[in-house]
Amino acid sequence: MKCLRVRYTKLGKIRFIGHRDVARIWERTLRKANIPVLYSQGFSPHPRISFGLALPTGFESEAEYVDIYLDEEFFLKDFDAESIQQDIDIALPTGMNALKLGIVSTSEDSLQESVDACVWEVKISGVSVEEFKKIRSELFSSDSLDIERERKGKILVEDVRSQVHSMDIAEEHTDGVTILTELGTKPRVLRPTDLLKRINSELRTIRVLRKEQLTLQGNKRIEPLSIELHPAAPAEVLA
Amino acid sequence: MSSLWYELEQFLDDVEKPARYIGGEDGTVDPDHSPEKASWLLIYPDTYEIGLPNQGLQILYEILNERDDSVAERSYAPWVDMLREMRKRKIPLFSVDTHRAAGEFDILAFNLSAELVYTNLLECLDLSNVPLYSKDRNAEHPIVIAGGHCTYNPEPFADFIDIAVLGDGEEVVGEISEIFSQWKSKPEKELDRSELLQELAELSGVYVPSLYETTFSNGRLVSISPKLGENTPNVIEKRTISDLAAWPYPKNQLVPLTEVVHDRLNVEIFRGCTRGCRFCQAGMITRPVRERPREQVVSMVEKGLKRTGYDEVSLTSLSSADFSGIENVISEVMNQDSCSPVSLSLPSLRVDAFTVDTASQMQQARRTGLTFAPEAGTWRLRQVINKLISDEDLFAAVESAYSQGWRRVKLYFLIGLPTETDEDTLGIVDLAEKTLEIGRKYHKSPSVTVSVGGFVPKPGTPFQWFGQNTEQELLRKIYLLRDAAKKIRGLKLKWHDSRATVVEGILSRGDRRLAPVLEKVWQEGGLFQEWSEHFDIDLWKNAMEEEDLLIEDFSYRHRDEDEVLPWDHLSAGLHKDFLWQDWRDALNNQGLEDCRWTPCYDCGACTGYGIEHVVASAVPPAGGSQGTGVSSEQDNEITVSISQTGTAKNLQPSGVNE
Repeated sequence: MKCLRVRYTKLGKIRFIGHRDVARIWERTLRKANIPVLYSQGFSPHPRISFGLALPTGFESEAEYVDIYLDEEFFLKDFDAESIQQDIDIALPTGMNALKLGIVSTSEDSLQESVDACVWEVKISGVSVEEFKKIRSELFSSDSLDIERERKGKILVEDVRSQVHSMDIAEEHTDGVTILTELGTKPRVLRPTDLLKRINSELRTIRVLRKEQLTLQGNKRIEPLSIELHPAAPAEVLA
Repeated sequence: MSSLWYELEQFLDDVEKPARYIGGEDGTVDPDHSPEKASWLLIYPDTYEIGLPNQGLQILYEILNERDDSVAERSYAPWVDMLREMRKRKIPLFSVDTHRAAGEFDILAFNLSAELVYTNLLECLDLSNVPLYSKDRNAEHPIVIAGGHCTYNPEPFADFIDIAVLGDGEEVVGEISEIFSQWKSKPEKELDRSELLQELAELSGVYVPSLYETTFSNGRLVSISPKLGENTPNVIEKRTISDLAAWPYPKNQLVPLTEVVHDRLNVEIFRGCTRGCRFCQAGMITRPVRERPREQVVSMVEKGLKRTGYDEVSLTSLSSADFSGIENVISEVMNQDSCSPVSLSLPSLRVDAFTVDTASQMQQARRTGLTFAPEAGTWRLRQVINKLISDEDLFAAVESAYSQGWRRVKLYFLIGLPTETDEDTLGIVDLAEKTLEIGRKYHKSPSVTVSVGGFVPKPGTPFQWFGQNTEQELLRKIYLLRDAAKKIRGLKLKWHDSRATVVEGILSRGDRRLAPVLEKVWQEGGLFQEWSEHFDIDLWKNAMEEEDLLIEDFSYRHRDEDEVLPWDHLSAGLHKDFLWQDWRDALNNQGLEDCRWTPCYDCGACTGYGIEHVVASAVPPAGGSQGTGVSSEQDNEITVSISQTGTAKNLQPSGVNE
């Protein structure tokens, strides 16, 4: 079975809606755009859609994904990716835009399982460029970084050092910096805010933006979107 | 004017459900502000989740933004955690549309539909930096307006508002905008607030409390009348739009980004109800029945579903199955061209088999529970309250529901009704038990949830003279029900907090002496009183005591025919003698049939305003006993069932401590 995978944004004021709200918006969007999504069976049928890693409420994103289960026939007759993307884009609320779409076979790992890292852009205030460079080099020169995390009511201490793949200054401001950091999501998602708070409690994050979700293919990390119908547009290589 | 968004986004991460405060709903318009327009902030003084779906507010929002002389935005009461942050940071109440401060608007218009939100009204005013009392405001401050069903007795909060509007708002908001925008165009030093209020008081449906004075004697209200020299009417009549077809609003129902109550497309199919249930304020004050043309209903549904992406539509009214030819509307809606299943719901189901059969066809996408509202446990008491549903009607309906796959049924009842005996109260459990027995024919473990509310007599109804049951009496009845329900497998009993019923009762029929009580409760932090986690009876009892006011006086005693009621100067059209006669009939266990298909009783709602019912078909819909208690299948003639078993001795309520 195949499904439609859509990459979309969550930018601006709409960043304050929760994950369940996003799901409801998608259900309505698909009906507005007249996309014949499959429904679950039973007393209370629901449209079959599934999402990638949940984005914390308040974070923005340029790389959200949703899988939409559709009848096989949908992909056969006059499948026009561009017009479908446009229909969806128009039906989405302000701040959410459909950027790209692809087709994945449902035998592949689910979005949540397949993603193994995210790239984040984080605007930080209350730190000078020099200070931040120092913080960064201390981080990368250490072998371990223990973080306390609450899980099912228990406090766990975990070493997340190996989950910090990269961290670079993208922009310098008068009262802070904007950084770009790639963080692993296995075994558990490492949030940039938790990481920054751990390495220096003085850092204040102003804005957090997910730039990419990545999946491991061989030894490369790529965007989890492959468009089989359009061989001219191979999956983007990002890492 | 400036947006407070930058200040807000600094801490929205730290409050519960920040989506409540961001706006951006599908269907909103970019407000086109300009100095010559009257700018309205429409405020629902409860949480966003409760307030956003409010149809009245959405209708006015659209109408005001379509006009050339007005512009409107919306606001809802910030939840307690948000209030704390806003107070700490000195951020005033703001609109969710463009996040501008409430104090920058010309008009703050509150939708008041429940008594327990009155303290939130005070909080919203204070948070807007607007003086609480009307008398303390000057030309620089916004005009404070209240609308909604609570304005049929606005006396408890009359000192805090400048204007109350009675009845349908569609036309009068335009008239207010016109007067306001002209007034506003005068040179600043000529702006006289009292002049404006006087001018507004001339509009039909507009009540300006400051132009009226009340006189009390021996702790009782003895008169309420225009102040000396004021050229205002003795009685303010409500506004009624005679033709719903001329107002196909909301055209663009707001689709929230986050979950709210009634999260579906809502299409109002008629306004008003003439079933005549005596406890029901909405049914009394919104007469006559005005149906929307069927074609308009169908087109509003079709367009609405396409635009919003909802898969559920509710055809709203006070008794939706009574709409002329409802079967045709249902089949047209269900057969429309759509690639996904659609569910249709009819709130306020009439209890008969027809409705349930249809309900099962209607719910393609999602099956919700079925709720029936017999309201009272025995046929005798249902005659008293004029909810003329026989036991057989209910059993046929639940049989139909269980046989078609529903396993859970909800039944809604009131306790503390006039003439109620313990036999009536226990009749609730009896009905529930028989309902379960029917369910067992179809399911191994059927369930019935019984919800019990405490009855609060409302202004403008035949029960406005009735002495409400005391807190203790309601509690006794709840325990009675609880003990009886305990033994029955599959029966779940829920009840409304009887202490909250007490406060609702005080405010429902209270007068201007309650202003300091509201202020005190608000000062002590008594907000969101309709939320059980915030409700605090002690705040109310203490405030009443400090003002030397007795709950007994406001709620528990019966009122006399010649007593001045605090809302005597406000009219929903119904003649007081009609209501009094209906009250006497109630005490004689005597029902009164729906006037849509019987001769006019001259209640006043039509004749007084020169309007009439707008119904496509003036015959009762098929099936069940149709509010007569007599099955229409056996007997085509509709008769009013009159029983003479009750006597006036039932006037002695079980709840009053002599």
